[in-house]
Amino acid sequence: MEYEGFDLAYVKALTCKECGREYPIEPLSVCEFCFGPLEVTYDYEAISKVISKNRISKGPLTMWRYADLLPVDASNAIDINTGFTPLIKANNLAKRLGLEKLYIKNDSVNPSFSFKDRVVSVAITKSLEFDFDAIACASTGNLACSVAAHAARAGIKAYVFIPSDLEQGKIIGTAIYGATILTVNGSYDQVNRLCSEISDSYNWAFVNINIRPYYAEGSKTLAYEVAEQLNWQAPAHAIVPAASGSLHTKIWKGFKELEQLNLIPKVQTKMHLTQAEGCSPIAQAYQRKEAHIRPVKPNTIAKSLGIGNPADGFYALQVIDASKGSAYAVNEEEVFEGIKLLAETEGIFTETAGGVVISGLKNMVEQGLIKNDELTVVYITGNGLKTQEVAQNAVNLINIDPNIESFETSLLKPRG
Amino acid sequence: MARRRIKLTFEPELIKQPVIYELSKQFNVITNIRRANVGDNIGWVVLEIEGSESKIDNGLEWMNSIGVRVDPVIGDIIEG
Repeated sequence: MEYEGFDLAYVKALTCKECGREYPIEPLSVCEFCFGPLEVTYDYEAISKVISKNRISKGPLTMWRYADLLPVDASNAIDINTGFTPLIKANNLAKRLGLEKLYIKNDSVNPSFSFKDRVVSVAITKSLEFDFDAIACASTGNLACSVAAHAARAGIKAYVFIPSDLEQGKIIGTAIYGATILTVNGSYDQVNRLCSEISDSYNWAFVNINIRPYYAEGSKTLAYEVAEQLNWQAPAHAIVPAASGSLHTKIWKGFKELEQLNLIPKVQTKMHLTQAEGCSPIAQAYQRKEAHIRPVKPNTIAKSLGIGNPADGFYALQVIDASKGSAYAVNEEEVFEGIKLLAETEGIFTETAGGVVISGLKNMVEQGLIKNDELTVVYITGNGLKTQEVAQNAVNLINIDPNIESFETSLLKPRG
Repeated sequence: MARRRIKLTFEPELIKQPVIYELSKQFNVITNIRRANVGDNIGWVVLEIEGSESKIDNGLEWMNSIGVRVDPVIGDIIEG
């Protein structure tokens, strides 16, 4: 009965982010009138009557301690122990960059090794409430692993769609959970279209299509946890990797909700967004001072950020504007440099998205956007063991013979 | 009859051309615009297209061939 007392979802409606029309809580993601995206809205007055720091502190040591602010009945949550990941004071990295108050939110230690467990945990819980027959996604990496792991836990069928030219090694972490993996002979665009058609025709929950509004809400817990771990305050700066831009907008929404509920002081967090140059439509729009995204064809080693037509790019730009943040595209070489810098200074091996964030942080400090005494949180969202191929340059082996002379000749000064 | 919800993105040189009219006329599909924005450097239109599958496919292929980017309104589905 871990979740006793967390069984109410204070959800008001699905609301169109463009025209404001409201819809009932159903598996919908797009407004029927303007085709704008739908977002979950809550009854904050009702939530404010029950939520408190004390109530949260008595919850489980997972993301589900914030169940009052999630759009599902948490008493039936499909939880593989996601969240409440460490917030580490990164003194070594801070020193290297000339900062004083730098923290790493290490979400690479989630059960399937990425932040996607947060969104998928909410999505699959909602899918069961909606009585779907199966859960599905189209993914080349982290999302696929997380969907497969949660489906195994829930005892529901999982279908994962991938382009047929994807390397075999990438799908082992999904296959092991028993998911059905379909390799599609076609381009990324064709896979996109096929999945959209399947979600229209089958009683399946496609996590980022028909239940996307619920799925995306899981990312808010990355704001709640950081605020709680910082003794109930939001940082001065948050540095976030961006693919669709959803994570960036939801971390901001999370901080603002805590402010609205009087759980933290006024939020003054500057929301910074980072992408890799080979797929940086949001950062490019920011640099060009344009409000709208120009879609691109992804060509980056940071594959987990490879979304050329980001659904929430426009809204991520709005968050940057509202928070006085920024966006930066690191060049492709800097991705590995960022991975290496974090590993060498803090003992954390992150995937390419983490390399993007660390190099992005370095650039922002150099540009003077982040002052040395400002409280800064960097979001590390995935584990380096998933993208080992990009870190091959870190390997520098010393070959020796099985005797002490060879060892000393190669490594130490010879004995006198 | 099929329906498809799409977003068309236009580079500046195409903004002045009546491509949606051409799409409708050449491929005998019904277009229903829901949202749009035309700026100095980029223009986009969110619309629904109705017609036979093959005519929609051919129409969108033609759009691509003249340099209009065609995307699903919900953005890219494949995630990392």
